[in-house]
Amino acid sequence: MRGIAVIGTSWGGLAALSEIIAGLPRDFPMPIAIVQHRSKDSELLVDLLQDLTPLCVRDAEDKDPLSAGTIYVAPPDYHMLVEREYVSLTVDSPVRHSRPSIDVLFKSASDTFGANTIGVVLTGANEDGAAGLARIAARGGKTLVQDPAEAEVPIMPQSAIRAVPGARVLPLKEISSELARLATAIEEPRTRKAG
Amino acid sequence: MAERLTAEPPEEQNYDPDLERIEVELLLEGIFRKYGFDFRAYAYSSLRRRLWKRIAESGLTTVSALQERVLHDPVVMEQLLLDLSINVTAMYRDPHFYVAFREKVIPMLRTYPFIRIWHAGCSTGEEVYSMAILLQEEGLYDRARIYATDINEVVLQRAKEGIFPLDRMKEYTDNYIKAGGKKSFSEYYTAKYDNAIFNPGLTKNVVFSQHNLVTDRSFSEFNVILCRNVLIYFDKALQARVQSLFYDSLAMFGILVLGSKESLKFSEYESCYEQISPPEKVYRKIR
Repeated sequence: MRGIAVIGTSWGGLAALSEIIAGLPRDFPMPIAIVQHRSKDSELLVDLLQDLTPLCVRDAEDKDPLSAGTIYVAPPDYHMLVEREYVSLTVDSPVRHSRPSIDVLFKSASDTFGANTIGVVLTGANEDGAAGLARIAARGGKTLVQDPAEAEVPIMPQSAIRAVPGARVLPLKEISSELARLATAIEEPRTRKAG
Repeated sequence: MAERLTAEPPEEQNYDPDLERIEVELLLEGIFRKYGFDFRAYAYSSLRRRLWKRIAESGLTTVSALQERVLHDPVVMEQLLLDLSINVTAMYRDPHFYVAFREKVIPMLRTYPFIRIWHAGCSTGEEVYSMAILLQEEGLYDRARIYATDINEVVLQRAKEGIFPLDRMKEYTDNYIKAGGKKSFSEYYTAKYDNAIFNPGLTKNVVFSQHNLVTDRSFSEFNVILCRNVLIYFDKALQARVQSLFYDSLAMFGILVLGSKESLKFSEYESCYEQISPPEKVYRKIR
């Protein structure tokens, strides 16, 4: 496993995540880490997403080993970071009023996985994720942003696009297949060349 | 509160994570040899985040530059120590844990003539006061002793004082109620200016003392060990060492409490405990 996909969203995120998760192939070749801003009490997100996919969806625990085709959701009130082999949680101060913070996850992923990081910013009512997506882009990673025109709240995608003008802007229904294509290109480069 | 925007590791593509890891390891080795603080087995990703905060706030641009400053200026070391060891905490954090503790652990503790509790990594003490209140309400406080330890003298001093920001009392009161609190939370503190000063009686049976989980040994045998959201800052090898310390420090059928996203999974001690109230991370030593 060489890379990781990271997704950040806030307001309107459940519907957006649902569409993306439901569209992922069962052989998705890398781990996916998700930060969705939510209240401390909301424990249902994982169950809702799990119903949509054969991939394994879990509330991340500290030191969970990263494995391909598993979706790790940041638990409420913790920051989620990644190491090469596993997930790492902290209760460090909120960043821009958010814990979990999308920026914290994205920066950690790009600092660890470099160009083999795919960052996705979806609907949301704040600017979390923009700085993290910029870091991913600076390190040569891939960047996708939900088209603000169709996002439930366009602020988060708009600020991501301002921070990363070269990001690919896509409607929700095209993000899963693009994610799968990019992930496969990173994880199975030789197969692709041969094919 | 939002963190100040900080300088960060270089944004450009020639950022070299392997070189940065060398710099970090050299820095930590230097700190250990000069000052005796051992951060060498801390979880890397969160550690380097905190290092970069100190680098930025010192007006520096590399880890190596911080090393130079830290080794020659104890004041910079003190600042860094605060950056690296302060845990953010809250009273009755994860209220459902306290409900489980009341239901599943308190009945067992009632059968003991004397109860020894170790709160490892107590930080500024919010959770120590939470437990003291709970024990009082259950009528067990007078036969309990809580040993509250932390690596950091500064936070321990704050814990001893028992003065917390008044503006957090609404949140703490909500937590207290959800945690099964039996009284009115405001009975436990006096408001003064911007502070809530907790009743000194709550620490009558609390011993605050410095203890370093990384380097110090067990100092007694306990019926309950609480260590919530501390081990997440350690790497796997150090987590395993501390688990061994806890195991050795617990009486048979003693209780180990971890943070809600920490677990004994993959630990060699997993089979020595039973989880008594899943999903809460409350474990009983059974062998």
